[in-house]
Parts: sequence; structure tokens; C-alpha cells
Amino acid sequence: MPPDFGKYGHYRASAVDEIISQEIKYAGHVICYDCHDDVADTKSGGYHKKVACEVCHGPAALHTDDPGEFVLEAPRERGYCPLCHEYIPSRPTGFPQIVTASHNPMKPCITCHDPHDPKPPEPPKECDACHAEISRTKSLSHHVNLECTFCHQATDEHKIQPREYLPSKPSKREFCGGCHANNSDASEEIPRVDIATHGENYMCWQCHYPHLPEAN
Amino acid sequence: MKELKTNTENNIQRRKFIRNILFSATALFFPKFIGAESVGKIKDWVLFGDYNAKDHLWGMGINIDKCIGCGRCVNACKVENNVPKVPYYFRTWVERYRIFKEKETIVDSPNGAINGFKPQPESDGNLIRSFFVPKLCNQCDNPPCVQVCPVGATFRTEDGVVLVDKEYCIGCRYCIQGCPYGARYLDPKTLTAEKCTFCYHRIVEGLSPACVEACPTQARIFGEVKKKASPLMRFMRKHAIGVLKPSLNTEPKVFYANMDMEVR
Amino acid sequence: MEEIVIHLSSIVKEVTGYIYPNEIELHWGLLVVIYPYITGLVAGAFILASLVKIFNVKELQPTYRISMLTALAFLFVAPLPLLAHLGHPEKSFEIFLTPNSSSAMAMFGFVYAWYLMAVLLLEIWFDYRKDLIIWASKEKGIRKWIHKIISVFSKDISESALKFDKKSIKVVTIIGIPSAFLLHGYVGFIFGSIKANPWWSSVLMPIVFLFSAIVSGIALVLLIYMVITPLRKKEIDMKCLDKLASYLFYVMIIDFSLEILDFIHRSYEAEESIKIIAELVSGKLFVSLIVIQLLIGIIIPLGSIAAIKFFKIPAELRKSMYFVAALLVQVGIFTTRWNVVVGGQLFSKSFRGLTAYKMTFFGLEGLLVSIGLLLLPLLFLYLLFKILPPWEESRAT
Repeated sequence: MPPDFGKYGHYRASAVDEIISQEIKYAGHVICYDCHDDVADTKSGGYHKKVACEVCHGPAALHTDDPGEFVLEAPRERGYCPLCHEYIPSRPTGFPQIVTASHNPMKPCITCHDPHDPKPPEPPKECDACHAEISRTKSLSHHVNLECTFCHQATDEHKIQPREYLPSKPSKREFCGGCHANNSDASEEIPRVDIATHGENYMCWQCHYPHLPEAN
Repeated sequence: MKELKTNTENNIQRRKFIRNILFSATALFFPKFIGAESVGKIKDWVLFGDYNAKDHLWGMGINIDKCIGCGRCVNACKVENNVPKVPYYFRTWVERYRIFKEKETIVDSPNGAINGFKPQPESDGNLIRSFFVPKLCNQCDNPPCVQVCPVGATFRTEDGVVLVDKEYCIGCRYCIQGCPYGARYLDPKTLTAEKCTFCYHRIVEGLSPACVEACPTQARIFGEVKKKASPLMRFMRKHAIGVLKPSLNTEPKVFYANMDMEVR
Repeated sequence: MEEIVIHLSSIVKEVTGYIYPNEIELHWGLLVVIYPYITGLVAGAFILASLVKIFNVKELQPTYRISMLTALAFLFVAPLPLLAHLGHPEKSFEIFLTPNSSSAMAMFGFVYAWYLMAVLLLEIWFDYRKDLIIWASKEKGIRKWIHKIISVFSKDISESALKFDKKSIKVVTIIGIPSAFLLHGYVGFIFGSIKANPWWSSVLMPIVFLFSAIVSGIALVLLIYMVITPLRKKEIDMKCLDKLASYLFYVMIIDFSLEILDFIHRSYEAEESIKIIAELVSGKLFVSLIVIQLLIGIIIPLGSIAAIKFFKIPAELRKSMYFVAALLVQVGIFTTRWNVVVGGQLFSKSFRGLTAYKMTFFGLEGLLVSIGLLLLPLLFLYLLFKILPPWEESRAT
């Protein structure tokens, strides 16, 4: 019977020692800044400030021990960035995604985006640069004729710090009534309801999805 | 002329001989377990770099709304822990849920999502919810895997991490059957049970687990479940929390924010 | 490792729906199916023999010693499939050194050792002691020495000693019946206590295992008796056979009722796992569960023995019917074990998908080794029959 069995519980105490003696491969983001403080400064102001260095540069524990001996690679072709930034409908809306097939094909991403401060060379003109899913959904609906800004007012800061500067949303039934009320001046083809009585006292969007109101 | 040995001397010789045989026989059991190294290490563990297991209780928070399904966590885990690179063994993986209006929910995890996901050209108009759910060992406080291990090769440490003793495991696979979350596998090289250890070798040194380190969107939050002010405490305060399979009462310590009813 | 990888990659195509990535490897295969089957036979044969002793069923007297030796032969082989299945059989002694008291599997070593030493060997020894002494006194050569050693060199065959033997047998038998229940009941508990798996997790599991064990044990003794008696050029005692078949019939009814109860309970409560389980039972498990386990393994044997009970059927036809019925029962019970062990692993714990089990032919987990393990007890039984002949005529006078 192993001598240290049962010391801390029904197991071999030295098993924990064996487990913690496992080799560490990822050094952690903190230690990179000890030497690479210039990159750290650049990164701390950009969108990638929370992305750890080793996500792109690979495990760096060996490099921190002996920087000359172990040099880290950086992904320079187009293959790596789409792992996060390819458009997938399941990705949360608002996360910057592109369709790689149509977004500057063949060019390496780093041609236009500094990986340590990856803001796009120009701020995106259209909302659907980030909100592609909503844009696609809207394109199936009559509301495709409406600009996003018709309902949502967004400041320029929203394109830089999206979660801190949120766009506005309509708050009154009368807003939708602007087109959909019985007495509105809008086109005859738009479906009309009696704004005062239709749908009790719920807000319009509690039943009708504004981006695809034709769906039930 | 040689003196004949007396009777008593003979008896003593015989007793010594039998005792030696018995010791040798029992010694067959010891070589693997006694080593000057391991004895020395026991004393080291509790004082290891000021880490005292009693002061901590580790847990993880996962914000489903933040996960982008990039699979960097899966990759980092396999690199850090030398998990076989084939698509049959995972300590952590990411599932994609696609919930439709008119048909069955579809869940997939291509190669555990180690290379992310490909957009599916499905009737997306029918898709009403879709999201990613990272999965890993829940480091339960009432672990069914520890309960069923016949020899005590898997155990829960005082800081709430469930570990496997590779040297002691006999490979009976009972723990793998006992885990409701599919978090365990049998390492094909060592033929012992393996699973996520919360990167125990990293957390005792004050680092975070490899998957938490690698996550680009902070979808994974690592920290203390109780007492200390930690990112996890804030996470637990801010979000409504769900856990996997609560009816089994395993008391998991991986807490999901914005968990959907379809998540199993 | 390459072998495993190739094996697993061939299973990927068979997966339907979603399974957790780690579930692609089905962990408890053919070897773990064989273990409960063998211990079931042990428990069943022993319980049959015990009932004969306790209730003094005269008709079954010819099978008493056969049952005991059958139980012993299969008990010797019982740990082998487990050892073969372990990742590290060389460390298996750890179960004895540091058993985890909350683990049903840790009980295995002790229950097995207890049952082997304290129950089976003791009972056989007490029953044979008188004969061993008398045989030893009349024989020559190695046979004499074998019998002398087994009887542990005892020589007392006085009246009081024989009375003591008889009393001891009764005591051991009375201890033995709950021990036999424990031997196979705990195997059922190993599965029944796993809350992670709804196919296994059930209060009924140990009971179902036990009664199907008794069914298989009785059927085995029936088969052995029917095969060995003509081989020895003796007449089959029809009263004995009819009684055996009768017991088989009644225990099968209980077993069948338990299985129907499990089915009703499951489909009535319709818990979360019902959809995937229904998909499993109507698909991948249909042949082995509905056709083999239920129809071939229970309904047909029940029907044939029932027919014998209702109608007057000549002895020769009865013999064939009993033989076929007992064979079908063996197939059925083996398939029951298969359906429990492998069936429970064919559906994912996500309740969203099904996987597949690919059996290999060669290799430690392959069909060849399993067939060998199932035939090995028959070899042991043959040796036991030679050393400790259980025939009425061989009894020493």
C-alpha cells in the first residue's frame, strides 16, 4: 500500500505533486509585457486588447525561458484570422465578422489590419459590416427598404466602442404607427392597424420581429 | 571439526529466513510507491510557493453570449496538456446549437471545434436561436466519478479540483461511465482515465487555465467560487446562472450565463 | 495507439445525431458483457442447488452436485474477462489494498473472495468430504493424493462427524443464498447506481439481473444434465428434468414480469431520455432486444414449457423441447446482458444521438477471446467431473 495514501483523502498524496510538476506550455499574457511593452501599449488601446498574445503567437513558455533559442511564429496568411472573424450565423451579433470569400480575397489580413491594433482602415460605412445576420434577415423582409438608421440612431463612437455607446431603439408604438397607423401618410401597400387598440398594451416589437415582421 | 549448531540457533536462523522471505514478498508491492523523491515531495506540496489548497475553491464561469466558437480554447488545451490530436479525445470542446422554428434542434461539434466551425447553408430563415457552448469537466463538488472509482485513483482536492492519479488508475473505465457530461476519456497511450484538470499545474502557480488564457472574448471566467473578490464572483452576481444537468445533483462548478433550455 | 484510432475512425460514420466527442469510444464491450453472464450462471446454479438442499426437493437430487461443480467451474473463470478488460491488470490488486468504500466495483474483490472461499468451496468440501476419504482409502497413485489433499487430510467418518457435515452444509447453504444474491445483485447495482445513464439507472436493475441470473443458471444445469447423462450412457431421469423445467418456467415468469414492469414504468413516466431510448430500441437494438431477448429468449421457451404443462407430451418430445428451450434461454440471457451493457452506451448522454459498437474478431476485446472465455469453464467442469465425480453411482458406500 503506497505510504502516502489517505493522507489528504482516499488517494495518493504524491499524485498531486506529480500532477503539478507537469510542464507549462503557455506562459500567460502578463509575462509578455515585461519585454514587449511597446506592443503592449499598442494593443491596450485597440480592439484586441483582451486577446492574449499566445492566441496568435502560440505557446510561449519556452520562449520566455530562452528568447533567443525559441522564436515564436506569427500567422501572416489569411488562414488564421477567419477562425474568429469568419461570418457564422451562430456568432453573437455585433461581433466583427466578414465573409472571407468577398472581403478583399487573396490579400493577407495584415495588409490593412495591424493585428495589435486591428481597427479597419476606414470605419465601416454600413451597419452590416458587424451586424450581418440582422442585415440578412432584414433583406428577406419588406423592411429591407428601411435604413437601419431609420429606427436606430447610432453615434460614430458606436463604431469604435460598440458596447459603451449603444444605438437608440424606438420606445413608442406611435413610432411604428408612423407607417402602420390607419391615418398615416405612408404608401397604400403598407399594412395598417388601429394603433390605439391593436395588440392591447404591448409594444409592437413584443410580437412582431422588426427585422422580419412577416415571420410569425 | 565443525560444531553442530544448537537447536535454538537453528530456530533463530529459520525465523530470520522466514522473515526475510515475507519481507521480500511484500517488498514486491513497494518499489513503485516508495521513492526518496515522492517522500520529499509530500512535504513540499502544501508549502509549494505559498500555495495553500485550503484557501481556494476554484470554479469557472462561461458566458454563452460571448463565445464565438473559434476553438482557440480547444487547441490551447490540447497543446498545454498533451492530449492526443485525433478527434476522439477532448478535455474541453465547443458545441454549436441551432434551434429552428419547425424542426429538431441540431447540435454539432466538428473535431471538438478545434478548428472552429463552418457556416452551415441551412434554411436560415427557420433559425430562431443559435449559439456556442463550451464544455469541459464541471469539477463537481459531489462528483459521481470520484464516487465510483474502485481504487481511489480519482479524487477531489481541497480546492475543489477533481484530479486523476495516472500512476494508480487501473483503467476500469467506471468513472468514464459515471460522468454525466462526457468529460472523461481513456488516454490511448497510458490506458488510464484522463480529463480536464482546470490546468491544476498552472493554477497553483497563479496562472489561469490554458483555455481561459486563450479565449479572445473572455467567454470563460476563472476564479474563486466563494470568499474572495474574483472575476467569477462578479460574474455570478451579474448573470442568471445555469448549470448542466442540475437534477443529477452533482453540484457542478462550471456556471453558464445565458444558458438556453436546449443545452444538455 | 494507431489501432484504436483506426478503429474509432470507422465508427464515426455510424454516428447519428450528436454525441459528446469523447463518447465515440464505447468503453465497456464484449468482455464486460461476458462477466455478468458468467457470474449470473454461478449465482443461478448455486441458488438452484441451495433450493434443492433447503427444501429437500428429492427429484432434483441428481443435479445437486452437478450444480455445485458448475458454479465452481464458472466462478474460476469469472475474474478473467475483467482482468483482460482493465487498462492495467497488473495494478488490479489495488482493489484489495485501497478499496473505495463508495464504489460498488470495489466490492467485487471481496464479494468474489468471500463467495468463493466461505461459501462455494466450503459447501462442496463438506458435501464431498465423506466420499473423498473413502475414495482416497480405496484408490492408488495420483488420484489418491489429489483426494487426500482436497479433503485436507481429514480421516474422521464417524456418525458424529457426518452429522456435523450435514449441519455445516445447511448453515453454509443458508449463508450462501443471500451471498449468491449479493454476488450477482451487486453487479446489477454497479449499473443501477449510475445516475448518468438512464438506461442503467434503475432500482430494478439488481433484481432483474438476479432473476435473469437464476433463469440462466437453471437452464445451464438443465443443459449440462441433458448432455452429460447420455454421454455416460445413462438414462435421463424425466422426473428430475420435468422439475428443473418447471422451476425454470416459474422463474422465467418472474423475470419476464420484471422486464415488462421496467418497460411499462419507463414508457409511462416518459422522462427526458425516452425519445432517444425509443429511437434506440426501435432501431439499432430492435433485433437484439425485441427479437432475440424477448421473443426467442423468453416468449418461445415460456410457451413451450407452458405447452408441456398443459398438454400431455411424450417424454422423447419433451426432452427435445426442454433442450431447445434451455438453449434459447442461454442465448436470450446473454443477449440481455448485451442489451444492458452495450445498449446503454449506444445512445449519447446528450440524449441527441446514437453511436455504434464494432466488435473485432482478434485482439483482447475480440470475439475469439470471448468465445474462449466462455468455453474455458466447460473445460474446468470436465476436470472437476473427473476429480470429484458427482454421479449417484460414484458415491462412496
